[in-house]
Amino acid sequence: MCRRAITLLFFSAVLGLPALALAQPAAPDAQAATQAQITALQQAVKAAQTASANAQSAGDNAWMLTSAALVLLMTGPGLALFYGGLVRKKNILGTMMQSFAMMGLVTILWAVVGYSLAFGHGNWFIGGFEHLFLKGVGLNPNLDYAPTIPEQTLMIYQLMFAIITPALITGAFAERMKFSGMAIFLSLWSLLVYCPMAHMVWGVGGLLNNVGGRFPSLDFAGGTVVHITSGVSALVCCLYLGKRIGYPHTKMQPHSMVLSFIGACLLWVGWFGFNAGSALAASGLATSAFVNTHFAAAAAAIGWSIAEWIHNGKPTALGAISGAVAGLVAITPASGFVQPMSALAIGLLAGFFCFFMVFIVKKIFGYDDSLDAFGVHGAGGTLGAILTGLFAACVINPVFGKNAPVGGIDGNWHQVMNQLAGVGIAWTISIVGTLLLLVLVDKLVGLRVSAEDEAAGLDLSQHNEEGYDLAT
Amino acid sequence: MLKIEAILQPSKLDAVKDALLEAGIEGMTILEARGHGRQKGHTEFYRGREYTVDLLPKVKIELVITDDQKENTLQAIISTARTGRIGDGKIFISHVDDAIRIRNDERGEAAI
Repeated sequence: MCRRAITLLFFSAVLGLPALALAQPAAPDAQAATQAQITALQQAVKAAQTASANAQSAGDNAWMLTSAALVLLMTGPGLALFYGGLVRKKNILGTMMQSFAMMGLVTILWAVVGYSLAFGHGNWFIGGFEHLFLKGVGLNPNLDYAPTIPEQTLMIYQLMFAIITPALITGAFAERMKFSGMAIFLSLWSLLVYCPMAHMVWGVGGLLNNVGGRFPSLDFAGGTVVHITSGVSALVCCLYLGKRIGYPHTKMQPHSMVLSFIGACLLWVGWFGFNAGSALAASGLATSAFVNTHFAAAAAAIGWSIAEWIHNGKPTALGAISGAVAGLVAITPASGFVQPMSALAIGLLAGFFCFFMVFIVKKIFGYDDSLDAFGVHGAGGTLGAILTGLFAACVINPVFGKNAPVGGIDGNWHQVMNQLAGVGIAWTISIVGTLLLLVLVDKLVGLRVSAEDEAAGLDLSQHNEEGYDLAT
Repeated sequence: MLKIEAILQPSKLDAVKDALLEAGIEGMTILEARGHGRQKGHTEFYRGREYTVDLLPKVKIELVITDDQKENTLQAIISTARTGRIGDGKIFISHVDDAIRIRNDERGEAAI
């Protein structure tokens, strides 16, 4: 009671004094007092503004650092467990190491040159060398991208995307690739395919950037940059390397659905950092992306399960978690552009479509995409990119200006064409870049393990270890 | 002395074990096993790929008993392990020449 009275008294004094002074403009003393009051108020307003900006900056930074950690969680242990459970037990460590190696290799490359190539100023296709060895990347914000967080936060957050993208490809050549060949191939891939694609879509002056690009294409969190590039490159890899020995007649069933299940659930959780973090601030847009991400994953899990139930008679656990991942992939480019009901639709469609790619299309063509990196990420990413052009709504993200139509449902059908341009470029750079690097690395150190090593398993042949010691 | 080897459904292990204890059988060895008889296997599906699993999980109980315990023992196993469906398992009986208790060199029936 007492404090409220004092506050009231204070405000009436602050507000009342100038009013009183204005009422008697004649007195010079009063005028000076008014001036002093105005100056004091201006200072107070300025201090309040600074405090509020600092608070926003602190909030944004807290969320972005959390998001960066969540995205790393997607690779290790998320993806490592998801893929690790799906291979035979003689290959679990080899498979997990392929993901883990990216956490080491890509980090170093990103610090040295990758960040600069993706986010530096360059041309339509690739950034420059201005940030070589992270030159100039400090604790001040980079106003081109995220005005409220330190540039190092942006850099480390984007690094986590650069790590998971090549790790996704490893699902296609599981159980048969040499560790050395894999390490060289994916390191080069991250520089030759990932960095240019990231620059084209997100970099200032990029060809596909939705602000000022030649084909303004919408990709909120990396549908083209992450999932189409990794998925399509995965297809090229499994076609180039050929099938595993014995495929499809030998039994190659997942050795631990439990590990895969945990991995998929960690992916789902990590994806909140991936998509909602892509707002680059703790904003309403982040909430929107968070909700959409969750809705699409749920709808796709249901979609895939229904399709499987009808097609095979029973819904499987592997089907449900694969569906959830497919939904997460498809919503990635759309997450910050669409409304929640659109996210449900995108998820459901992705569940059906990726089921179709994995169950039907793979069987028809007979390629050995061992863990369905193409069927889920390539196919789901492509579908998601196109549906983003359809469902993007101005009310969620007025990316082309206030009240300007964004996607097809807003009336801007041309956006679907721009999305297709983005998809086309992502497919092209992935196919050409991957093929080129595969041939090069094959000549350099070889890509595929020998038949004996493949029979013994990657754990023993590549690392001299075993995942499980069942004898002791 | 007789050796009884009974191959059972894993879900029946606890009931059989209790019945044997009740019948006065004190020692037994239990092995986790895989196999099939006329039952054959089942199919599993992983992302649409079909795998036939023809070796199913089973447990095998091994007992060595005196000749006069034979009928009691068999009754205990059969009455608890039988469901009447295919896959209930089998029992094999064979003669044992000798038994030795490693701890103190006891021999024959005294050792079992």
